[in-house]
Amino acid sequence: MTLTFQMRHTFPALVLDVAFAAPRGITVLFGRSGCGKTTVVQAVAGLLRPDEGRIVADDTVLLDSALGINLPPHQRRLGYVFQDARLFPHLTVHQNLRYGRWFTRKHAMAQVMDETEIIEILGIGPLLSRRPGSLSGGEKQRVAIGRAILGNPRLLLMDEPLAALDTARKAEILPCLEQLRDELGLTILYVSHSMSEVARLADNVVVLEDGLVRATGPAEQVLTDPAAGFAADEAGAILDARMIGREDDGMARLETLAGALWLPDLRADPGAVLRLRIPARDVMLARTRPEGISALNVLEAEVIDLHPDGAAMMMVRLRAGGAVLLASLTRRSAAALDLVPGQRVHAIVKSASLLRERA
Amino acid sequence: MTDWLSPAEWQAVMLSLRVSFWAVIASLPLGLFVAYALARWRFRGHALLNGLVHLPLILPPVVTGYLLLLTFGRKGWIGALLDPWFGPVFAFRWTGAALAAAVMAFPLMVRAIRLAIEAVDPKLEQAAGTLGAARPWVFATVTLPLILPGIVAGMILAFAKAMGEFGATITFVSNIPGQTQTLPSAIYAALQIPGGEPIAARLVLVSIVIAMAALLLSEAISRAVARRIAGS
Repeated sequence: MTLTFQMRHTFPALVLDVAFAAPRGITVLFGRSGCGKTTVVQAVAGLLRPDEGRIVADDTVLLDSALGINLPPHQRRLGYVFQDARLFPHLTVHQNLRYGRWFTRKHAMAQVMDETEIIEILGIGPLLSRRPGSLSGGEKQRVAIGRAILGNPRLLLMDEPLAALDTARKAEILPCLEQLRDELGLTILYVSHSMSEVARLADNVVVLEDGLVRATGPAEQVLTDPAAGFAADEAGAILDARMIGREDDGMARLETLAGALWLPDLRADPGAVLRLRIPARDVMLARTRPEGISALNVLEAEVIDLHPDGAAMMMVRLRAGGAVLLASLTRRSAAALDLVPGQRVHAIVKSASLLRERA
Repeated sequence: MTDWLSPAEWQAVMLSLRVSFWAVIASLPLGLFVAYALARWRFRGHALLNGLVHLPLILPPVVTGYLLLLTFGRKGWIGALLDPWFGPVFAFRWTGAALAAAVMAFPLMVRAIRLAIEAVDPKLEQAAGTLGAARPWVFATVTLPLILPGIVAGMILAFAKAMGEFGATITFVSNIPGQTQTLPSAIYAALQIPGGEPIAARLVLVSIVIAMAALLLSEAISRAVARRIAGS
């Protein structure tokens, strides 16, 4: 499923002019609150009618203002997970999960979702006979995700589904989402203002700022794009890595497009594909190969370009092998190293964190 | 029980129950519709409709009864229309007493249902829409079950009001034993004849019992519904 989206809408305080495409996988709509993320999702769902726009899901036109097409929400066959779970209080969890099924029967279902499997992945089996009033926040949100998926949607919309939950509950739900995405092959449009969610979940990213698209594309590309406007403490590269093996001292050897890396405390099987994140502020640069330092991971790289970042800082984009890394330095250091595009450097990676295992 | 009340008194009690029952049942669909319109739709004439619905609450009942007579009496503009086809439909019949009771109880019913509808979060209805439910289905599967306690409360309030209706009824359809003599009319008639106080006292007692029973029933029903939704 590919979603093609274009809209223009004028609010009293904001003009939205947004266009992007969301292919299969998770596309994260990222931006500060008030930038128009929720409006975009509401337009896709048909809960808001933009002044002008065209929204197409594969070959089904959901909205075309020029042709006067505007499918009502109940005919769009989308799943919508709201920030507040919005479960029906008078129905049991099981009846909530089946609600969408009452209405999708008439559509020719390309693929019927297996209810048992989804209940299993979300871990909500023991809740089925209860009513939403007695569930915790995390439980409600898992039921809401199940309800949206069991309606057999062509596209799943998730509007900050984890924003109202604490860290422990988020950590419970994120693996469920990844598993659902991988096993069901869903297309998901996911709204978030949390960098850690973007880095972990996104296959594609759309960065919104003040109603406009600031950057869009595959996650690896957008997250290392200085023009995307990430703050220095958020910026960083994401990198796919393959597990080679573990040595006796507990260090795991990984192969990436940027070169080989050593990581401690990694319990993946050899051959597993992982996603790593290397924050820009944890990358140091050296003109000559450093010796006598504690860091284990030193990669050969070449400076692509430099972007001033505030008064004192500089964001440096590097090409290391076939991957792009970011390094955040002070302007003074950048001047001292005499960095220019094309310069060969050594990138000292102080830390790399594991984001997830990829299927 | 039948020994305790004379046949005439018994007749008044049964008539009152029948009149009130049909007044509530017949006005429920319209009451639900008007309550929904007032709660959820913004349209031209919203304030006017709201005013019209509440009019019987603030007009003297005699005025309402007289207006009903002008409209639905045998020579009234609707009454005269129906007369050649169906004979007198409302005039001096128990159906007229039910009509008067329905009109007088309507504001109470609409008010209770409207408050219940306004308490339903439209976001839930929106969520039902995204799950594939068209408007009528959203109403039937989400809104209606959630406002059920409000509907029950509205029906019982309206029933109690209908049981007590006097002014508009006696003006519109008079006080004919067996036809239009409801409990309040019978009590009034009993008080007009010498030595009628014992009759009036018995009927007053019946009124109190019916009113109390209605109140307790409505409490029990709304408690049961609330417990179901709270989810134990």
